[in-house]
Amino acid sequence: MENKKLKSLNKQQEYGIYVQQKMPKPNYFKNCIWAFLVGGLICIVGQFVNNFFEGMDLPKDDVTTATPIVMIFLGAFFTGLGVYDKLGKRAGAGSIVPITGFANSIVSPAMEFKREGFVFGVGAKMFILAGPVLVYGIGSSVLLGLLYYFLVL
Amino acid sequence: MALKRIGKQTVQFIHPPSIIATSTIVGPKEGEGPLSDYFDTILTDDLYGESSWELAESKMLREAVKTAIQKANLNITDIEYMFSGDLLNQLMSTSFAARDLKIPFFGLYGACSTMAESLSLGAMVIDGGYADRIVAVTSSHFSSAERQYRFPLELGNQRPPTAQWTVTGSGAAILSRFGDGPKITHVTTGKVIDLGIKDANNMGAAMAPAAVDTIVMHLQDTGFSPDSYDLIVTGDLGSIGKEITEEMVLDKGYNLAKVYNDCGLLIFDSQTQDTHAGGSGCGCSASVFCGYIYKEMQKKNMSRVLLVSTGALLSTTSAQQGQSIPSIAHAVTIINDIS
Amino acid sequence: MDYIRAFLIGGIICIIGQLLMDGTKLTPAHVLVIFVTSGVILTALGIYEPIVKFGGAGATVPLPGFGYALAKGAIKFTKTEGIIGAFTGGIRAAAGGISGAIVFGYMMAIIFNPKSKK
Repeated sequence: MENKKLKSLNKQQEYGIYVQQKMPKPNYFKNCIWAFLVGGLICIVGQFVNNFFEGMDLPKDDVTTATPIVMIFLGAFFTGLGVYDKLGKRAGAGSIVPITGFANSIVSPAMEFKREGFVFGVGAKMFILAGPVLVYGIGSSVLLGLLYYFLVL
Repeated sequence: MALKRIGKQTVQFIHPPSIIATSTIVGPKEGEGPLSDYFDTILTDDLYGESSWELAESKMLREAVKTAIQKANLNITDIEYMFSGDLLNQLMSTSFAARDLKIPFFGLYGACSTMAESLSLGAMVIDGGYADRIVAVTSSHFSSAERQYRFPLELGNQRPPTAQWTVTGSGAAILSRFGDGPKITHVTTGKVIDLGIKDANNMGAAMAPAAVDTIVMHLQDTGFSPDSYDLIVTGDLGSIGKEITEEMVLDKGYNLAKVYNDCGLLIFDSQTQDTHAGGSGCGCSASVFCGYIYKEMQKKNMSRVLLVSTGALLSTTSAQQGQSIPSIAHAVTIINDIS
Repeated sequence: MDYIRAFLIGGIICIIGQLLMDGTKLTPAHVLVIFVTSGVILTALGIYEPIVKFGGAGATVPLPGFGYALAKGAIKFTKTEGIIGAFTGGIRAAAGGISGAIVFGYMMAIIFNPKSKK
């Protein structure tokens, strides 16, 4: 029994290595250039929005809150128009990593699951992709706060 | 040994049933591919007038069956069994079509191997004397598959080069004890094979070992050689899976090079249609077989075909639990002239 | 100019993300979780603040910037409100973004339908 299991594990390993050599590699250079350009451009838009609010003499805290809200709106809007997925195809991380990508990951399932209704479709599935970001982001901030309280204060 | 069994996994029919008619309905993208002339209906809108992708897919399946029955000059009530399956949870597309068609129904899940599976079981039922006429049908839909297995349509994610494109298509075949048409003579039923591939974006590599196992078993059981066939075609191994299969089968002593192709590679033009490793889904081998291969056989451009539909039997749960992808392949021999 | 710095820093962070997605078995979801958590950690260690000072939106728009906002909020409110602040601080800082996401997501779902892929 042990021998058989070992034999099949070896076979799987061998096959895994064989498949690895056959797999086409992604075009790293092209993908990185696109990610750089699109990511950079989206950040320029963010900087513009930031400067706009600063120019309105809003208090600093309001600027740092208002800018993400605008960026999220833009990400949501272009997802609604059906354009963000086309951008993401080319730009990869350039459109996934900025906060507009966060909005895309919320709006796309909200739109998709509308057919299952507004409670169990839109409502329940909205955070199916972005949920982990909130869980780990907020979770680690709480941990940080607690550590700060006990170790520093 | 049972009367009609030969070798380990193969059955040879005494009264090979004929495929007397087929019908195919495909989506817009498939209609822009190299096989567009072979499909009966090409949709301009893949919602097909319905309110969801799943209902659209169900309508495609239902209409393919109705059209095939019409082409065979039969009535729905002449069909004694419906063997059908799809990719959706609880076979949503098939079940709702079966509800409307009211043909005694066997629902099947073989993932993308369902076309060969339904042809296999249908042929066995006819040769076994249990029915005179059955319909074997299956479907898949890009959008319904994406939202169940992968991601919402509007998500801006990138597909790796090994990824495949689920075909939006349905293919139905009417099998009959009587009448003219290419005949199913042998069926080799596959075992589930798993060589440890976990990457759902690399289905071709996951399924290839199952195709290899079934093809080799078929050739050993029947004593045929690859050159006994005009075409040995797998369902949806894609470019990488095809290469792996050819090499691994050669390793076992059979050279497929002259006769081997893959439905996933035939249905799309990978250069212009951006389908990466090729087409996939139940509808892939269904529409390519019921459209292209059947019509070529009727024109006598091919006379002996081995259809090997391949399926990946993973679920969203098994993938999240870190399990690898078990796969299966079923082989069906179809020939024009038994003599 | 601050636009050029935003472009550079934002672009570099996205390249890191792209390399992780292409070169490892990590999915985009994994990469985003790593980025947001790294943003929190790097802010705690005092490393991210100078990047924000230099890159502006180039550091705050990408997801590590979301972690940065969460971390700053947690620390700020822990200072003023103790343990309660540790729990509320992060999410308060992100409140605008999260509410925006919910409201705009819902709106877009009402107005638009998903389109078939070509």
